[in-house]
Amino acid sequence: MAAIELHGVVKRFGPITAVDGLDLEVPAGICLGLLGPNGAGKSTTMRMLTGQARANEGSISVLGHDLPAEAKEARALMGVVPQLDNLDVDVTVEDNLAVFARLYRVRDVKAAVDFGLELARLTGRRRDAVDQLSGGMRRRLLLARGLVHDPQLLLLDEPTVGLDPQIRTELWSLIDSLRTRGKTILMSTHYIEEAERLADEVALMAHGKIISRGKPSDLVAQHAGRETAEVYAPPARLAEVRANAEAQGLRVRPAGPAIAIVGSEKADNGAVPPDAIRRAASLEDVFVLLTGEEAE
Amino acid sequence: MRRLEPAAIGGVMSREVANFRTFWKATTFSSILEPIVYLLAFGLGLGATLVNRVDGLSYVEYVGTGMVATAVVFSSAFPAMFGTFVKERFQRTYDAILAAPVDVEELVTAEMLWIGLRASVYGCFPLIVSFVFGLDPAPGMLLVPLFCFFTSLIFSAFGIAVAASVAKIDQFNYVTTLIITPLFLVAGTFFPINQLPEGVQVASEANPLHHLVELVRHASFGFKGTDLLRVAFLIVVALAMWRVAVNRMEKRLID
Repeated sequence: MAAIELHGVVKRFGPITAVDGLDLEVPAGICLGLLGPNGAGKSTTMRMLTGQARANEGSISVLGHDLPAEAKEARALMGVVPQLDNLDVDVTVEDNLAVFARLYRVRDVKAAVDFGLELARLTGRRRDAVDQLSGGMRRRLLLARGLVHDPQLLLLDEPTVGLDPQIRTELWSLIDSLRTRGKTILMSTHYIEEAERLADEVALMAHGKIISRGKPSDLVAQHAGRETAEVYAPPARLAEVRANAEAQGLRVRPAGPAIAIVGSEKADNGAVPPDAIRRAASLEDVFVLLTGEEAE
Repeated sequence: MRRLEPAAIGGVMSREVANFRTFWKATTFSSILEPIVYLLAFGLGLGATLVNRVDGLSYVEYVGTGMVATAVVFSSAFPAMFGTFVKERFQRTYDAILAAPVDVEELVTAEMLWIGLRASVYGCFPLIVSFVFGLDPAPGMLLVPLFCFFTSLIFSAFGIAVAASVAKIDQFNYVTTLIITPLFLVAGTFFPINQLPEGVQVASEANPLHHLVELVRHASFGFKGTDLLRVAFLIVVALAMWRVAVNRMEKRLID
């Protein structure tokens, strides 16, 4: 049995269909990256898994519990780390953890708090109010708060959105350590690098559906090939290079100021100009080709 | 899982307690000072010059007992309105709580119970302050916290329902001006309502604050048979408002 199963899930907000016939299974023990551009329906999917949003159609089950009827039972077994920091800022670090240990019905609240403090590496700051912590510490605490009851399943909603690179790297190692401890993780993200580094498998989401799924390396091999060539030039020349490459049946995507010719290893002579920068194909190439949106 | 689990309600209340520990001094200070200011202003102002005795009571006795209702409404409706809105909209506290095994019904119940407990303490401050100004303690007053608790449940549920219904925090002004201020003024706190037009008198029978004022005065100067009906009224309205608050919050918090 998969830890999470969604079948034919539809969620509408008035005229907007945020999730549009979503099928997704997350097997136990893996970290699945739900990768997609903003507005793809990732956060709505996360909220449906906690019962905070109710699907209009389809079925959802989490750890064997059908939602929304058994959402509370399911929530007791999982940990949730929200996209936005919603810690109690005036309250101490340990009280923030203790409240959630109680909400999760942990028997030994003190032990759970100590466990959370250790996980967040904040044991020395336990009696400080949250608003005295640095941004990185707050993020670690937010993560630890969702883990005080040592759940088997963890939902991470854009865990590093808006963070500076240093804090992001720090958080990635923390998430990676959870993954190696055998937790099942569903992580939504719109950062390619995050998915590439942490996810065993990536499900690419756009317009409320999964459009492709697999191991990052398989997705790259399948959709982008081996090599990508980037060309930096004035717009007029870029258009020319693009037309030339497309005439050979190659796929070209925008890459900021440049264009990227995907699958350039298959190009015949002339399609890839000599000044192009050739690099290994990446998940970013797949993301942009499949979603049609530029990556962050 | 069962509904209304004590562990969930207790957990949410423990969050309120943890937060309250960071600001209790300011809240308590104003809750003690406010009746003093009112008693000095009305007692010495109105009581010494314009009004001598009201309904057989000295003006300090009259206002001191009446102000319990003021303390209750101010320590229930406003924390419920602003607290709920801020926690929902700005701090996203409820998003965090509802991701844990807590449902909206438990969340609302816990918030109401906590405000109710606080208000049943704060509601007693006007009486305690009035002792200094000449009000005599009476055994019946021991029931005042209970009356305050029931009334406070009404106004905390009302405040939560309002917070779950408005789009912007400024809209609280309409509620305060159109509902809370009239209820608080025609509760019989500062002047008896039996001199008001008959329509207002009838309408004030639906005002929970009026019943609280009467209950506190009777607790201080002798209960009447109809007081049980007043208590029953408060409990019934509290239960009804509780359901309204749960319903409004479910609409607001669950997409």
